Amino acid sequence: MKASRARAVGVLAVACAAGAAWVIPYAWMVLTSFKTLAEIVDDPVAPLPRHLDGGAYREVFATMPVGRYAAVTVCMALAIASAQIALALPAGYALAKLRFVGKRFAFGVVLACLLVPAQATFVPVFLLFAKIRLVNTMAALVLPFAASALGTFLVRQALVSVPDEIVEAARMDGASEWAIVYRVLAPMLRPTLVSLFLVSFVFHYNDYFWPLVMTTDDSVRTLPLGVALLREQGTGIRWHIVMAGNVVLSVPLLALFAIAQKHLLRAARGS
Amino acid sequence: MHPRHPWHPWAMLCPTLALLGVFLVCPIAIAAYGSLFSWDLLTPPRFVGVANYGAIAFHGDLLSIALRTVAYSAMVVFGTMSLGLALALLLNRPGRFYAFVRASVFSAYVVSWVAVALLWMWLFDGNSGIVGRGLRLLGAGPISLLGDVHSALPALAIVGVWKLTGYAMIVFLAGLQSVPISLLEAAALDGARAWARFRHVTMPLLAPTAAFVATTSLITSFQAFDVVRIMTQGGPARSTELFVYAIYEQIFLDLRVGRASALTVVFFLLLLALTGLQLRVWRARSEPLR
Repeated sequence: MKASRARAVGVLAVACAAGAAWVIPYAWMVLTSFKTLAEIVDDPVAPLPRHLDGGAYREVFATMPVGRYAAVTVCMALAIASAQIALALPAGYALAKLRFVGKRFAFGVVLACLLVPAQATFVPVFLLFAKIRLVNTMAALVLPFAASALGTFLVRQALVSVPDEIVEAARMDGASEWAIVYRVLAPMLRPTLVSLFLVSFVFHYNDYFWPLVMTTDDSVRTLPLGVALLREQGTGIRWHIVMAGNVVLSVPLLALFAIAQKHLLRAARGS
Repeated sequence: MHPRHPWHPWAMLCPTLALLGVFLVCPIAIAAYGSLFSWDLLTPPRFVGVANYGAIAFHGDLLSIALRTVAYSAMVVFGTMSLGLALALLLNRPGRFYAFVRASVFSAYVVSWVAVALLWMWLFDGNSGIVGRGLRLLGAGPISLLGDVHSALPALAIVGVWKLTGYAMIVFLAGLQSVPISLLEAAALDGARAWARFRHVTMPLLAPTAAFVATTSLITSFQAFDVVRIMTQGGPARSTELFVYAIYEQIFLDLRVGRASALTVVFFLLLLALTGLQLRVWRARSEPLR
């Protein structure tokens, strides 16, 4: 009995340490953002700010158009996530339910594309967009991701387990193929689609690489780029301002995570 | 099922296949073609055959870039897998507290690489970062982890591990759920101690999960770019110049499109080889269990 209690205390202590390894960096980010430059220079490891100073946040909003960057970021991520779902549904339906010549080839293309990351395509795609003058446009940020091989694959897998009778019954009722895909099957795949949408939204909201290589000026700059630029601006690194930018960037996502934890975890587990 | 019209399946697949073709398939082919030219974005391309490959192999440090990327990936994969498994075993318990710790660890996976990289730059800061100060308390001199040739790459790997461990943990937790409790109980009845139960029951059953985590974190870390661009820009003395950053540098800083394309081709082939290797390991490991 005694040994098992000692064990339980030990487990709890290790769990606390593990939690601390993730919570303390976040806490440090938030605490730093409420300090002033003088405080950081004076005593950089003082845990608490002397008083909650919003100066760093005012500076962030003054040096970058937070609202516009956030709007660009959210529009881009929403457009990508919506397009991926809208295109994956009919493609997944064709691959899962219809019999036609060339199906193996089409499915093979989708599977092969699972292996191609954006990091292996950006050089030619950048040159292409530069040639047709699409660099620094929303199209350059959205189009390359509008179709998702992973999304198509997952929708196809989910549709395989939907019985054919449902499609046949809908056909008897006179529903068009598009209505079958979007009105009959889509609601049945709701959990899969919600997870896909959220994961895609989170990934592209956070993405730094693609917007960095596809933009050269301010016109469609996204929030992660803007926040990363905070570090490069000004004389010396003013950590309180960088951390305030970090908070502005991360808090919406952490809030989304808190609300939609169930869906994001399910997506991570791959089910 | 038969389609209502022979062209229906193609109409439905057309947007997806067209976009994948234009943005994923063609670029690889174009990179392969472009790698045969010397090209600086300003003057017309000049055909040079395989000279770009020669240049990156002999003057462009291709081998050291590849080895560095492999070293970074190895550190990240080893770190995320061992920490992820340990945390999954530790936190696979009921109760709000454990749920909170699980969520905190996983949250790093949801937050942007930008935020994580900037945060750790501040923690690692030589003068005022808490990690730097902590090391000083332990007797180390004033060191800047990111400023030292020997510690910069491991420091980036620490950031990678911090970011990705939550993902590994969640996948391992799902794997643990599929270990039948009856098996563990039977082993306990036979007198197997906790370690023996883990070693001979849980671990073999987790092998496919482990192979999956290894594949995904290997491929993710092989593509690392954000931490390098934000935290070190490849420095000090190129000690953190990873593959994708090297490609980025060739095209955007040095304007060498041909060399960037050649690097892209090599990068893609390496990635394919890694995926193939992992798939084989994955299959070999999961077969005896079926």
